Amino acid sequence: MDILRIATAGSVDDGKSTLIGRLLYETKSITRDKIEALEAASKRKGLDFLDLSLLTDGLIAEREQGITIDVANIYFSTPKRKYIIADTPGHFEYTRNMVTGASNTKVSMILVDARNGVLEQTFRHFFISSMLRIPKVIVCVNKMDLVGYSEERFNEIKDAVQALADKVSFEGQEITFIPMSSLYGQNLSTQSTEMPWFTGAPLLEELEETNFDEIKKPARFPVQFVVRPKTEEFHDYRGYAGKISSGSFSVGDEITVLPTGQNSKIATIEKFGTQLEKAGAKESVVITLETDVDVSRGNMLVKSTSTLEPLKEITARICWMDSKPLISGKTYILQHGINDSKAKVIALNNKIDVVNQDTIVDAVSELKLNEIGEIVLKTAKPIFADKYEYNPANGAFILVDDQTNSTVGVGFVL
Amino acid sequence: MVDNLKNPSSEVSVPKFGFFPRELEDEAIYIMREVVAQFEKPVLLFSGGKDSITLVRLAQKAFYPGKIPFPLLHVDTGHNFPETVEFRDWLAKETGAELIVRYVQDSINQGKVKEESGKYASRNALQTVTLLDAIEEFKFDACIGGARRDEEKARAKERIFSVRDDFGQWDAKRQRPELFDMLNGRIAIGENVRVFPISNWTELDVWNYIKEEEMAIPSIYYSHKRQVIQRDGMLWADSEFLNKDADEIPFEETVRFRTVGDMTCTAAVASEAIELDDIIGEILSAEISERGARIDDKRSEAAMEKRKQQGYF
Repeated sequence: MDILRIATAGSVDDGKSTLIGRLLYETKSITRDKIEALEAASKRKGLDFLDLSLLTDGLIAEREQGITIDVANIYFSTPKRKYIIADTPGHFEYTRNMVTGASNTKVSMILVDARNGVLEQTFRHFFISSMLRIPKVIVCVNKMDLVGYSEERFNEIKDAVQALADKVSFEGQEITFIPMSSLYGQNLSTQSTEMPWFTGAPLLEELEETNFDEIKKPARFPVQFVVRPKTEEFHDYRGYAGKISSGSFSVGDEITVLPTGQNSKIATIEKFGTQLEKAGAKESVVITLETDVDVSRGNMLVKSTSTLEPLKEITARICWMDSKPLISGKTYILQHGINDSKAKVIALNNKIDVVNQDTIVDAVSELKLNEIGEIVLKTAKPIFADKYEYNPANGAFILVDDQTNSTVGVGFVL
Repeated sequence: MVDNLKNPSSEVSVPKFGFFPRELEDEAIYIMREVVAQFEKPVLLFSGGKDSITLVRLAQKAFYPGKIPFPLLHVDTGHNFPETVEFRDWLAKETGAELIVRYVQDSINQGKVKEESGKYASRNALQTVTLLDAIEEFKFDACIGGARRDEEKARAKERIFSVRDDFGQWDAKRQRPELFDMLNGRIAIGENVRVFPISNWTELDVWNYIKEEEMAIPSIYYSHKRQVIQRDGMLWADSEFLNKDADEIPFEETVRFRTVGDMTCTAAVASEAIELDDIIGEILSAEISERGARIDDKRSEAAMEKRKQQGYF
């Protein structure tokens, strides 16, 4: 059984929480006691219908403000796969949450209120989905019940969104449009009864049928931990534990250790004592090598046929996530996967004005919370990253403020 | 009420047995290894429940053929089911892991906490103090716990590495963004991190894992005969710790526990489930949620978030 991770984004009041609640309801992921609690809460709020949005609107502070303020993770499954929804808010101030929620996901669901059409937010969602290179975007044109299930209105919105998408979409990104009403369950898990003119698949079917050709990515294995039991049974055992970030490794593969450049061959690939012939991306394994080479945490094993050049100066796109702005000349801790290094911002090339649809502002002195820009970093030690565009799993990093220990930004290697 | 939910949903069938997504295990093992690499004194918080038993299994796998490189800490409220305590001792012996036990009774004797009174008295809230004291005593900087995001709304937003201050407090606004699989465990002296490797697992995932891994679990998860009382529409296990009203007369019922907490705050469910497949079948029928059997959560809608701010998980 596989897992499909989905990010949702929308503006305030476009019915996102209702959509997710409805999806849970229709996949029978809500237990009876929760439905009873929902009935009681809906009545308390003076509503004459079941408010499914109450299922996902979590924290106390949020309930007071009546908006979602953080990333919430929601789970449901079908016989085919497990789904994880990262529900991210559509607020202007919360780009940081949207980027956080969308990292890791393969599908981005963008909500548009059929009455309001395309908003400033819609472009932001598209921009972020594309920046993160999310391969599939589903545009949910919601609240169709409030526009009389009009095909004309749907097409208008579709054209407007497509025009936005054209500006930022990348080759191979798939964009699908679905007209729906979350409140009445139109085009959620079953074909809409109100919109016979729509011939596409309802949302759940679209998700169930989504599969990605895992394009051959280079093999990357960051070493997390050296396993040396030093027991009698495993006296000379020396294994390298880690999670393969991309590509695959097989027993007998010639590998290179970065940064030392030493070469060796894979002797075994193990999972709790089970010997594997081959292991692929996202698998946590222990690799042993045929020869004694010097490997420690933070090193990376790569296939010798697809090795990496060390980077000491990194040009990257940054999304800033801290209330203290990014300043040129300041030193941060750069964490790339499980490896880290001090890194100094030596140039702030530009800032992208997402609101005004992707215009570039040169000569900026700082990047504020939720702003996106291009910077150059000089690192204290070499970093072995791919370009994000080429291999996302090995092309992103975070910046940490060494005074507060906070994660203050995320970078995508250009 | 207007029935806005009448759209047929019967065509969507529930998941079948035996489908554990292995990606969840890989992710949890990765997190365990990061804990050992990034922290000096990690500890696994062991409750005797299925989630913490799952954590022990994952820790075994993460460091094999080495041993589990951190101790297990159990905060014993004194109101635990005897079956749980027995299982705890057996598991520690079986895995060779170091076991540390600290007692809520000691915190009561030291005058740090006061026993609750009344018919809803429980030591559930009291254990926070014992836990924080143990963290201070051993200078633990990372506490691995078995919380899952599907349990409760406040947990849906929890991070995998959740930073707590000196007082164990959780602040939703101070949580760090977690991007891709990069975990930032940098903390100041006095702070610690709660780590949740099975954040992305659901209750069903845990049971499927237990089944596929053929793991042992305490006997009270399976159907058995027990003296219970009926209160607030739930079945409460009768024990010397439960304060009963005169009209609450214990009777025998065939029950099992869906979650394992204290005897005073865990409700039993009537059940004939004697095998794992029966248990999984019950979960799939979705009659009652897991935390629905937690009496303490029912005290108020925002109960969990409030306890979390105070240093509970």
